Order: sequence, then structure tokens, then C-alpha cells
Amino acid sequence: MTAGGAFVRFVDVQKTYDGEVLVVKNLNLDISKGEFITLLGPSGSGKTTTLLMLAGFEVPTHGDIVLAGESLKHLPPHKRDIGMVFQNYALFPHMTVEENLAFPLEVRRVSKADIATRVKRALDMVQLGVYAKRRPAQLSGGQQQRVAVARALVFDPKLVLMDEPLGALDKQLREQMQLEIRHLHQRLDITVVYVTHDQAEALTMSNRIAVFNNGEIQQLSTPDELYERPVSAFVAQFIGENNRLRGRVVAMNGTSCEVDVEGGGMVRALAVKVAGVGSPTTLSLRPERVRINPAAGSVPNLFPAKVEELIYLGDHIRTRVSVCGHNDFVVKLPNSEGSVAFQPGASVTVGWKMEDCRALDAS
Amino acid sequence: MQAPDPGPMPYAHEYGTRLMVSAAVATTGIMVDGVPLKLKLRRAERMRKLKAVGLVAPLFLFIVVSFGIPIVVMLFNSIYDPYVAKLTPRTAVALAAWDGNDLPAEPVFEALALDLKDAQKAKQAALIGRRLNYELSGARSKLIVSAKAAAKLETGPYKEALIAADPMWGEHGTWTLLKRTTRAYTPYFFLSSIDLRYDANGEIEPVPEGEAVYQAVFVRTLLISATVTALTLVLGFPLAYLLATLPARTANILLIFVLMSFWTSLLVRTTAWFVLLQTQGPINDFLFYTGIVGERIQLIYTRFGTITAMTHIQLPFTLLPIYSVMKGISPSHVRAARSLGAGPFYAFWRVYFPQTMPGIAAGCLLTFILCLGYYITPSLVGGPTDQLISTYVALFVSSAGNWGMGSALGTILLVATLILFFIYNRLVGIERMRLN
Ligand SMILES: Nc1ncnc2c1ncn2[C@@H]1O[C@H](COP(=O)(O)OP(=O)(O)OP(=O)(O)O)[C@@H](O)[C@H]1O
Ligand SMILES: [Mg+2]
Repeated sequence: MTAGGAFVRFVDVQKTYDGEVLVVKNLNLDISKGEFITLLGPSGSGKTTTLLMLAGFEVPTHGDIVLAGESLKHLPPHKRDIGMVFQNYALFPHMTVEENLAFPLEVRRVSKADIATRVKRALDMVQLGVYAKRRPAQLSGGQQQRVAVARALVFDPKLVLMDEPLGALDKQLREQMQLEIRHLHQRLDITVVYVTHDQAEALTMSNRIAVFNNGEIQQLSTPDELYERPVSAFVAQFIGENNRLRGRVVAMNGTSCEVDVEGGGMVRALAVKVAGVGSPTTLSLRPERVRINPAAGSVPNLFPAKVEELIYLGDHIRTRVSVCGHNDFVVKLPNSEGSVAFQPGASVTVGWKMEDCRALDAS
Repeated sequence: MQAPDPGPMPYAHEYGTRLMVSAAVATTGIMVDGVPLKLKLRRAERMRKLKAVGLVAPLFLFIVVSFGIPIVVMLFNSIYDPYVAKLTPRTAVALAAWDGNDLPAEPVFEALALDLKDAQKAKQAALIGRRLNYELSGARSKLIVSAKAAAKLETGPYKEALIAADPMWGEHGTWTLLKRTTRAYTPYFFLSSIDLRYDANGEIEPVPEGEAVYQAVFVRTLLISATVTALTLVLGFPLAYLLATLPARTANILLIFVLMSFWTSLLVRTTAWFVLLQTQGPINDFLFYTGIVGERIQLIYTRFGTITAMTHIQLPFTLLPIYSVMKGISPSHVRAARSLGAGPFYAFWRVYFPQTMPGIAAGCLLTFILCLGYYITPSLVGGPTDQLISTYVALFVSSAGNWGMGSALGTILLVATLILFFIYNRLVGIERMRLN
């Protein structure tokens, strides 16, 4: 019996390669049909391993993976009907682009005429029709990548796995490809499990993001939720830019708490992940949520600060200030009409709202 | 009065300049600091080329001296045999005018007698005899006798005197042979190498059934080499695959076992097989005492023994290139094939195996070419009908002193090897060959 709705289910999955270290620790993850879910995490956090277990190239040491209501325990990789785009594309070097695309169809004994039309359609989908007769080595990285995507989609799989498919591309091409993959996902109505360690990429593309660290899912939520409301210091640090203030909880009142920041100052923050009065905590604060010289009384947290450095970034000015004994505190000032330019060394006040400052675990 | 007409001139001038510039661009390309870019590139490249030449020069010289020159000498020796021409200059001139019908006339006999006299004095008559003996058995001793007789002759008629010294001078065939051998350049050795010869009238004919040797030897050489190559491939491919897929530590240990036989000298390995294959040797002991065979079987001096020993010796040569190619094949290719729906065997056959082709081709070519030159192993563990062409080359060069035959056989072997190589190049492409 499966819980209704979930297309892919990881149930208590554990994986160890050497019998000593759990590379994946107790993974529980439900993916619904049509979803674009991204596994995001630092190198070595177990993303590829998770993907390989789903594709059938690694066996879970414990637990089970269920696909469309069926346990995958005894289903070999070639019967799973899962399209996969590998980290290094894995195009067959001795076959032309066309032959690469025809491969999954030949295996499925599709008729010659059908193969031709479907290969052509897949190539047109990634705009590579003119390269049909080339070998992979004669294509650029971005073109190879698109062939790999087309090959993983040409046999209409239920599920497509992509392992850092854009890792090798330059920024511009990567952004263009991100959009293309997103459009393909929307158009073809497939379920995608996508792996990356690029947070911007994850935010751009996903319905939901699972942040991995040390073989565990730290947080599983939508991109905005993840950015706005990280539940741990790791997630806050990993996704987007983040100011960290270390301190100790001195009082709890409902959802908020008072934190005594090392180096001076009492901060009122949202109690998200604190153990209680007296426990250490990390305050997390997005740079764009900090105001400089706010009107007195408009925010509960207000501290004197000194401008240390200004970096001009076009649309905004990154301003580094020292406050509460931390000199790596960053404020983003929008470069909009009427905004004031500060000089390094100027004394200012900085302030933020209670709900923008999240008290998280101490790590 | 002198004011020049300013009308069309500037325009023409400008137009002309433009033409010139575009012409300059067309012929010399882009200019940098007044120097054509192409010239600059050539200058920059020249230094690099000089360096490259300097680096390869010592090896190049070594190869020329130790490899190139001997090969040229060998090619030359296979068609060039000047001794008779040098030792019988008068006869050569006199025979040039002979029409080839009947016996030559008295002047030819006189020329021969005088030449033999000189040769006898220089103690080189045996050299002429040896060459004649290649095609006319017994001619060596007969010529030595004739030369001794000629040395004593003072006046003619020489014809009767020489025929009296040895009756072969009264035979027409002797003279056609002599006329042929007075030409320094001769196809004789090549003809012999493919079992052809001259008949008494100087016409080319196949040698009689019982005397033909070399065609069979060439066929045998190719056959044994092909068999050994196929066996090393059949044995080596799965092992290479295992080595390439095992974890590095285990693979390295196994690889040492493969290389161990590589590190032992060929002679030692052959001798080991010589001992193993004896009728009273360990293999026969085992087969006999375990009752697998009722009677000791002949293993040594057989085709079986030759092929077994050669296969053992050649195995690493086939295996290593395949292994090295397999190491370079990303495991993700087979994974990709599996995820695309191919079963394990189909994925191997369609995706993995084709990528090992450069290694297979390199390994097999290497083994095949090395097999063509096998000499010690067949002569130690093979029977008389298992000897390869190199045995004959060695025989001619070292024992018989017949450089012509040795060179001709060697040249044919070389050409066969080159032909194979070109076929390989057409099929696989030399730039794709990867050795270890
Ligand atoms: N075949 C293997 N044998 C042993 N250990 C492995 C194997 N594959 C991966 N590991 C280990 O498992 C851990 C997780 O690896 P995994 O490849 O899943 O990381 P990842 O999150 O995909 O990292 P990356 O972003 O660098 O690709 C790593 O510590 C790695 O060393
Ligand atoms: Mg990975």
C-alpha cells in the first residue's frame, strides 16, 4: 500500500559504501507526479548516491524506494523506464547524435520509421536538428548537454533524473539551459529529480528543493520558503547571502526571543530553532532586510554601526558595516533614486524587524 | 599655368591606395607593426620546430643507424649479388654477346679460363662456386676443380681443356646459369623465396613438388600467427575486462601476475615450456597419474606445443593495450545504456565493446607482427614442420652465409607486415591506436 499521490517514495533509505559511514542517512522523501524537485547540497553530501539508487545503479543498504506504487528492490535499471542525464553527459562517443538518440528506441523495438520521426522531434526540441550526423566529440559542451537531455527524454520516460547536467557550462549558457530545461519540464509534464550544488540554479528551476548535508535532508520546501524561512543555520548559510550573529538566548516570549549577541547588544528575534533560555544560537538575517538609519521606533532592533566598505554592484551597493562586535555584517542598499551614498568610516544606525531575524541552531 | 588639375586626381589617388591596401591584405593578410601576421607566426613557430627537432635528433640518428640502414642493406642484398660479376669480368663481357643457343664459342671459354686463373690466384674461386651451387648442386666442387685446372693452362684451345676438366662446361644449362650470375642484380632470391626457379633455358618455372618449401612456410607463419593472436584475444579480453572493472588495488595485484611473465626473458619462458611439455615432464606426469590419459602423449615438438608457448608469451602484448583502452572508457556509458533500457549484455555489446576496438586492434596487430618474427620458441618446442619464416632467415644468414636468400625472405616478411599495417591504418586509423 502506498500513500496516495506520491509518485516516488524513499522510505527510510540508508546507504553505506564501506560499512562504516552512512552516505545517506534515513532518507524519507515523497515526490509527486509532474514535480520538479532539486537535491541541493555541498559536494559529497550524497546527492548522486540518492540518484543512483533511484536509477538502480546502487542498492540501498536499508529501506525501500517505491516508484508508481511499485517497490524497486528487484527491478534492474533497464526495466525502470527512468531517463537519466549524467554529470558528464555519458554520450556514446562511437555513435552519432542521431544514433545516440535512437538507442533507447531501438532497445524498445520501436519501428524504424517511428524512430526516425521521434529522433527528429527530440532533436528539434533541443534545436540541434542540423547536428544529427555529428559525433559527440564534434559538439560544444552545451550542445552535448542538450543531446544528453534529448536522449533522456526521447523514449518518454515517466521520470527523468539529472545529475548536475549544467556543471561544466559557462554562466550564460547555464542560465539559458536552465530555462530550456524548465520549459521542457512544463511542456512535457514529466517528473524531474534534479541534482545541483548551485543554489541559484535550484531556486530558478524547482517546485521544491531538498537541501542535503551529510546524507540528511536539512529542509524540504519551495524555493521562496527556503529562502525566506530557513529552518537551520546550515540552510540559511547555504541558500543566498546571510548575516550571522552568534549569541545566547536570554528570554523566550512565545514565538520571539531575546538574544544576547556576543560583543554587545540585545536582539529581538523570531525563535525558529532554539533549545530554550540559556542555549547558544545563530541569528540569521538577509542583507536586503536590513535598513540603514531607519526612523526611530519603526523597528525593534536598532544598533549603532560604522560603515567599513562600499562595493558598487550596479543595481545595488554592498555595504559592509561593523555592528554588535561583528565587522562582516553586510547590508544591501538598492541603487534607486534618492538613495543616500555613505562614505567609509561614517557612523550610522542599522535596524531590522523582529520577524526578519531568525534565531536558529548554533552550528 | 602650372596649376595641376585638381579634378579627378585625388579621387584616383585615393582609389588607387585603396586598391593597393586591399591587394596587400589579400596577399599577405593582416599586418602587425608593419610585419605580416603570417610571417610573425612563422618566425614564432620556427623556434618551436627547432626545439622539437633537437629533442628527437639523438633518437632519430640512433634509429637511422641501427634500424634504417640495416633495412636498406637488407633490401639491397635481396636483389644484389655482385661476386660472380666481380670475379669474372672477362666472361661477363664475352657472354653478353652470346646468343644463348648452343654452347658459347672459344673466346668465351678463353675469357672464363683467364678469369678462373685470376680467381684461383686470389683464392676466391670458391665464391663463384658457391653462387653457382645455389642453382646447380655440386657446382661448387666442380668449379674448384676447373679453377685449379685453368690455373695450369697456358694456351688454348680452352674449350676442350675446360670440358675435360669438368663435363659441366659442355652443358648448355651451365652457361645460361653463368650468364645470369654475371649480372649483379638478380631476382633469383625472390623467385626462390616463393618456390620458383630458372629451368635450363633460363625460363622461370615452379620448383618440383617435393622441393617447394617457402610458400608453405609463409602460409604456416601466417596461420600460426593468426591462431596465436586469436587465442591471446580470447584469453586476454575477459581478463582485461576484469582488470579494468576491479577496484584499483585488486586490479594492480592481478596485473603484476600478468606482467610477471612480461618481466621474464623470452628464452627463460620458452625453456620453461620446453621442460613442461616433455614426454616425461610435469604435464604428462599429471595427465598420466590422474588417469586422464592412458599413455603419455607427445606435447613437445608439436604444433600444439608451439602455439601454447607462443600464446603464453604473447598474452601480455595483446592484453595490455586492451586493458589501457578499457581503463579509459567511462563506466557511465554502460550505465547510461542501462538507464536507456538496454539489458546488461546488449549494453556491453553495443556501447562498451565498440569502444574497446582501438585496443583490440592495437593488441592484435602487435601480437600478430611479433609472431611473424618468432624464432627461438618454435625451434625449441616445435617440430620440423612448425618452424616459422624467421628460422629460415636465420639459417641462411648465420649457417649458410647466403645473405641473398635471408634478405629476400626478410623483405617479403617486412612487406607483408607493412601491408598489414596499412590495412590496419585504413580500418582503425593509427592515431586511434593506444599502446600501454
Ligand atoms: N563508489 C563509491 N565508493 C565509496 N564511496 C563512495 C562511492 N561513491 C561515492 N562515495 C562517497 O559517498 C559520499 C557521497 O557521494 P556522492 O557522490 O553521493 O556526493 P554528491 O553529493 O553527489 O557530491 P558532488 O556534488 O561532489 O557530486 C562521498 O563522501 C563519496 O566519497
Ligand atoms: Mg555528484
